Amino acid sequence: MKIAGCAIAILLFAALPGFSQKPAFPPYKPARMADGHPDLNGIWQAFVTANWDLQDHEASPGPHPEIMGAYGAGPAGQSIIEGGEIPYKPEALAKKKQNFEQRMMADVSVDKKFHALGDPEMKCYMPGVPRATYMPFPFRIVQGSSPYILIAYEFASAVRNIRMDYKVEAPTNAWMGWSRGRWEGDTLVVDVTGIREETWFDRAGDYHSDALHVVERYTPVSPYHLMYEATIEDPKVFTRPWKISFPLYRRMEQNVQLLEFKCVPFTEDLLYGRFSKQAAK
Amino acid sequence: MKRQLLVSFGILAAVSMAPLAGQAQKKVAAKTSAPKNVPYARTPWGDPDLQGVWNDATSTPLQRPNAVGAKDVLSDDEAAEFQDQLKNNLSRDRRDGGAEADVNRAYNEHWMDSRRLKITSDHRTSLIVDPPDGRIPPLVPLSPERQKAAALRAAANTRFNAGLPESYRDFTLPVRCIIRTDSPPYLPIIYNNDFQIFQSPGFVVINPEMIHSARIIPIDKPGEKHPHLGKNLRQWLGDSRGHWDGDTLVVETTNFRPDDGVVFMGADPETYRITERFTRVDATSLNYEFTIEDPHTWTRPWTARIPWSKIDPAEQMYEYACHEDNYDMGHFLIGARERERKGEAK
Repeated sequence: MKIAGCAIAILLFAALPGFSQKPAFPPYKPARMADGHPDLNGIWQAFVTANWDLQDHEASPGPHPEIMGAYGAGPAGQSIIEGGEIPYKPEALAKKKQNFEQRMMADVSVDKKFHALGDPEMKCYMPGVPRATYMPFPFRIVQGSSPYILIAYEFASAVRNIRMDYKVEAPTNAWMGWSRGRWEGDTLVVDVTGIREETWFDRAGDYHSDALHVVERYTPVSPYHLMYEATIEDPKVFTRPWKISFPLYRRMEQNVQLLEFKCVPFTEDLLYGRFSKQAAK
Repeated sequence: MKRQLLVSFGILAAVSMAPLAGQAQKKVAAKTSAPKNVPYARTPWGDPDLQGVWNDATSTPLQRPNAVGAKDVLSDDEAAEFQDQLKNNLSRDRRDGGAEADVNRAYNEHWMDSRRLKITSDHRTSLIVDPPDGRIPPLVPLSPERQKAAALRAAANTRFNAGLPESYRDFTLPVRCIIRTDSPPYLPIIYNNDFQIFQSPGFVVINPEMIHSARIIPIDKPGEKHPHLGKNLRQWLGDSRGHWDGDTLVVETTNFRPDDGVVFMGADPETYRITERFTRVDATSLNYEFTIEDPHTWTRPWTARIPWSKIDPAEQMYEYACHEDNYDMGHFLIGARERERKGEAK
């Protein structure tokens, strides 16, 4: 029975293109905190290009090559999704395409349509989960001896408090969601709900609804790497749950620290410039 | 004006009050070391344990009100009266300013942190403990450049208060959601006076509820120093370094950006120094003390002490998404353009 079960599992995984791309790390016993759990402290960063597009994408010129040249261009990248593609419902795929077309638009003049247009990243809004993990910016995990683990992200100074073994459901929706953690062996498993529906997954317009449920897994695989996996579930938008995975790299530069990327001032002309006295003349 | 009430950030203005009766004095002995051999006192890696969610709300003003004279600490009876008067000044349920004022105050009352209406338990008359008069020291003469900058800021504030901001640049940093009370020194305001402290070996991290920024403080040890950022790398919240002085966390912050409103009271970021001290007092309290000096701004350094209380773990800190839902910016600016269109602008 056991052997047969294994064989079926291998066949199932072998059918998924993403599986063979998983980096193989030799068995690893991580350094531990006083409570016996792995020590995840440090500055980490992803080096995938999923923030441009979770799926396979070619290099692209960006929206304004006439003024930005190669500065505004995006890198090519391979999909980080198990199976390669996001299983959208047909009607949801149309919305994704519309998001992409309107990604550079912003209009905050009417309250009810405040969040209707544009990639939240362009407006310097907190990126949500899992996008915060694969933004091209580092983040720091702060793990101590309290039942809370903080993740501080450089982008927009976003933060997440992971409440360990915490029972209370999300009291309200938040841009960075409501994160509750638990240990499964050496893996930190974080259950994320209560994510504001306005967050996106990438600049390609990939999105979700208010029913988003993300389960993340952080597993130390070497002193310098965490394997990151996230299972993404949203029955209003996708036909089935889907999974992304990639390694996180420890930032090793001497004296490296999280710096500020407080991008609000970079967005004020875009968001509010048209309401200025100068513009009204 | 409604606008001013809605954005009532900053220091509490000196309150007017009747002279207080009685002469009883209670000297405040600030405890400076954490108790030993109690479970909360140490992290597993041996540092004093500051982890938890803390609240710094109090009605005790930063500066001693003139009306209390030289008295630094009040008797129980005096303290009760002091607290009542401060509460009356801070509370919006006063019914003494007409219907429009009542409605505006009622709106603001909704946000009031109830802890904000109590004076410190040690019955001090000011948060400032040095100079002994409990007041911010006199200013030194400002350079012509800084006088000009102050005048520009004042003009922008006047336009804002008149409901006629010209652009987002006329708004202060808190209204623009760039920094709020997440920047030191931490002073109590109307709401969201919560701070969660996280620690890991070699780090203390302070996460103020408003805005969400995490202030990551590397801890220096003998033989393990973390040099400050280079002088051309300046930040809105500066660059903080800590060390343990006995059981007190001492934090020094430099590398502040030069923008107006980044450092306290328009001081000169080049010469401004802030040193903060966090000392755990008992299971539910710590002392937060800060010393500010800037020879280009004040005649001498000054120090304030604010008690922080641990809040019930069930009372969670929530996300403060300021910029993400900053409807006010558009409202103020669109309103200003509408006033101009109607010819209401002078």
